[in-house]
Amino acid sequence: MVTVKTHNKAPGLIGLLLVLAVAPLLAANAFHYDLMIKICLTAMVAVGLNLLVGYAGQVSLGHAAFYAGGAYASALLTQNYEFTPLPAMLTAAAGVGALAWLVGRPILHLKGHYLSMATLGLGVIAAIVINNEDQITGGPDGLAVAPLSLFGHELSVFGSYEWFGITITGTQLWYLLAAGGLFLAVWLALNLIDSPLGRALRALHGSEIAAQVAGVDTARYKLRVFVISAVYASVAGSLYAHYSGFITPDTASFGHSIELITIVVLGGMASTYGVILGAAILLLIPQLLTGFQELEMVLFGAILMAVMIFMPRGLVPTIARRFQKEAA
Amino acid sequence: MKTTLKQLAAGAVAALSIGLMAAPAQAADTIRIGSFLSVTGPASFLGDPELKTLELYIDKLNKDGGLLGKQVELVHYDDVGDAAKARTFANRLLRQDRVDIIVGGSTTGATMAAVPLIEQAGVPFISLAGAETITTPVKKWVFKTPQSDRQAARRILMDMKERGLTKIGLISGTGGFGASGRNVTKEIAGDMGVEIVADETYNPKDTDMTSQLTRIRGTEGVQAILNFDFGQGPAIVTRNYDQLGIKLPFYQSHGVASDSFLELAGDAANGLRLPASALLVADKLPESDPQYQVLNRYKNDYEGHYNESVSTFGAYAYDGLQLAIRAIKQAGSTDKAKVRDALESINGYVGVTGTYHLSADDHMGLDAESFRILEVKNGDWALTP
Amino acid sequence: MFSEFFQFSFSGITLGAIYALVALGFTLIYNASHVINFAQGEFLMIGGMGTVVLMDAGAPIYLAIPGAILMAGIAGVLLHKLAIAPAKNADVVTLIIITIGASIFLRGLAQIFWGKDYHALPAFSDTESISVGGAVLLTQSLWVLGIAAVLVTALGLFFTRTALGKALLATSMNKDAASMVGIKTGAILTLAFGIAALLGAVAGVIIAPITFTAYDIGIMLGLKGFIAAAIGGLGSSTGAILGGLLLGLAEAYTAGYISSDYKDAVPFVLILVILFFLPNGLLGSRAVERV
Repeated sequence: MVTVKTHNKAPGLIGLLLVLAVAPLLAANAFHYDLMIKICLTAMVAVGLNLLVGYAGQVSLGHAAFYAGGAYASALLTQNYEFTPLPAMLTAAAGVGALAWLVGRPILHLKGHYLSMATLGLGVIAAIVINNEDQITGGPDGLAVAPLSLFGHELSVFGSYEWFGITITGTQLWYLLAAGGLFLAVWLALNLIDSPLGRALRALHGSEIAAQVAGVDTARYKLRVFVISAVYASVAGSLYAHYSGFITPDTASFGHSIELITIVVLGGMASTYGVILGAAILLLIPQLLTGFQELEMVLFGAILMAVMIFMPRGLVPTIARRFQKEAA
Repeated sequence: MKTTLKQLAAGAVAALSIGLMAAPAQAADTIRIGSFLSVTGPASFLGDPELKTLELYIDKLNKDGGLLGKQVELVHYDDVGDAAKARTFANRLLRQDRVDIIVGGSTTGATMAAVPLIEQAGVPFISLAGAETITTPVKKWVFKTPQSDRQAARRILMDMKERGLTKIGLISGTGGFGASGRNVTKEIAGDMGVEIVADETYNPKDTDMTSQLTRIRGTEGVQAILNFDFGQGPAIVTRNYDQLGIKLPFYQSHGVASDSFLELAGDAANGLRLPASALLVADKLPESDPQYQVLNRYKNDYEGHYNESVSTFGAYAYDGLQLAIRAIKQAGSTDKAKVRDALESINGYVGVTGTYHLSADDHMGLDAESFRILEVKNGDWALTP
Repeated sequence: MFSEFFQFSFSGITLGAIYALVALGFTLIYNASHVINFAQGEFLMIGGMGTVVLMDAGAPIYLAIPGAILMAGIAGVLLHKLAIAPAKNADVVTLIIITIGASIFLRGLAQIFWGKDYHALPAFSDTESISVGGAVLLTQSLWVLGIAAVLVTALGLFFTRTALGKALLATSMNKDAASMVGIKTGAILTLAFGIAALLGAVAGVIIAPITFTAYDIGIMLGLKGFIAAAIGGLGSSTGAILGGLLLGLAEAYTAGYISSDYKDAVPFVLILVILFFLPNGLLGSRAVERV
């Protein structure tokens, strides 16, 4: 019986837990929490997308559509059909997953740039539909979303709650939720990577033909990871909808899809922790650059180019390699 | 071990960044006016003149001694026309920058995304966006300076009725402004006795609308065409309308009320009508007009300083700022509740966009009649009698 | 009825020619380096805006246009030398992100130095439009079509008749073999980028009288041109032209005969439909995957 060596996940997960626990101590106000929550939710999407792009090597330029799908489905189910948020989120995830399965089957036969184009096409079509069907979705002016409520208790950003004698604000509670969600997402992803699915993905990323020759059912695994990454995005989207209380068709835009891909590539493809860093950086840079006003676009473009040219594997893998070399 | 190193590195970077954004110390003797505007992006037609206006007049205010003896500081962010970013920046203005009042929100999406935060924080907010839903139903802390899209549509339809045009073709952009305008026009047309016999749309970034116009022209019984949108889209529609040789009366919305539209559309614009504030014909008004002073002063100030023509969108920001200043003066402090009450009591402020009568039930202050109907003659704006 | 058909067709052909030119630029770079250049739309922008800016500074139009085209050419060369070449053998996705960064960078520069306003350019001929079969055809559209035809023929001749062109073809077929034969592949690639930039700029100038020009005009046109190139089959110049024309006509006919609400979706639906039946686009090379 061949035993496959699996990576020891514990150090990484403990590290993540530490960072997530320490971060609130640095937050001076609700705005900082807001950023941290956003980073956690975006990182969730990125971790899922990374499975598709980084591990399986399939570039999706339309992933924002799944995120928006989760967001709008949650919003509409809770508003119009009297779902409570948790079942709505699960239904949305199931729906988005089913949609991903349906479109994934024909699309994943495409190769390389053609796959990217097809996913781009799907993403933009979703954005157009959301924008135009304004009777249902509120159109370009957006849609208000009810606050999250779990098991009868409302969790609003504006609330203040008592827990074991400590007062905790709604925003802080949301941070716990988002951080917890991220932790779960990472743990799941790491386990997936070490499973037969993960090994199959890495095989087909290296060479799809070789993997097929070796007996790997590449089509099935590609579809699976496509659906999984779509579900990740949907859940994150649902959470975001309840958190922000307001969503617009921009959540499905091509620009947003590009942001997501950029996060994955920037942080480091096939590096689960790397994409978390990528999310943090991509969300923090605009906040840091506000002082530069007009120069913001120029600087952002320049930074993007520079990082990708000098660290083509992404930030985390490149840095890790430096450390390895020094240690060696 | 390698992974933990990665994680700690990640944590360090993130922490550093958040730390870098530590709240800037607020000098006790400045008044902070916050703003989030769509300075770049698809709505820059709105946000760019708005920012320029705010900067110009806050600068003047400070040179003249400030407000309540203190200097005024403008804290502004660019939301690039994205509602999610607008919400983030509104949060930043409220929680980190701790501004005293907010004048901003170029688009309806940006405004509505920020409203829940602002309502909860209890900070007066004067929006510069057009949709009726912003102030109807009235929200405690939210005001706005532009007339609503419904009022604009009403004014246009009123003029059409007067000219006996009861069957019209509608062509609008699919962005927020166009979609909203299209919806309200369709809602109120019936009540006003006007029938919409054709309804076409285009993407605001499209470069050719001849197909849509051809369809409208081919519709049975159509008597006039209304284009609801802002930016360069309407200029292309206008040029296409001229190229196709369509002779039907042509109406634009208040979204094109700026000289840059005339520059782009050229001679094709001659003969078209639109609802607008009198800003564009400021120099043609009789001196006895109540708005004469305000209009010409704004026009000369802005054009003299920036060397580009005024736009009615910048004027929304001007009026918003003036309302804020008046309210703070009247309240005698920046106490948010007092300023809010003072805003509601402003009655008869003669602004660029119109004369405002605010109250507890009306956080907007203008009605459909505040629009004048302008017509383009010989490449310039003219008042219709 | 026929006049309407002609009107939609003219609109479609004009749009199609614009997309075809953008697609051609994509194809050129893709052929040479297998990079999808998301900054291609920005070359159009430099052509149009550059002309406006030079004319505002006092230059007559017949000097402003070449000046703007030259600016774009330089930008293309710099893009390759400073951004693409240093990335060497980076992943395809990484290269895509680099070109995206470049497009943001160029747009940011244009925004700072050239402003955010839209500008009109005068049409090339004095008579702005002519009537054909009851429909109106812009003379500028004829210019667009004419110049597009000239450019395509010129490119074709360049590739087949000149040594430089053949070297470019060789590099695109097999970079290593080409360099072994003595072709300076680095310089050739830079040349490819430069030519694609020039192409884009010419397109930007000739369409500006129809579409206006501004710092962000490259986004939408670049995207549609990219889709047109993919529809036609990445790597095929004839495919790029076909794809562009097909896309333009599909948009026009959809707006004219079906519904303008979903006209926006046409490019994206079209590409999905075509890729479904022809996974390599209309004329794309059946890629032989080397194991």
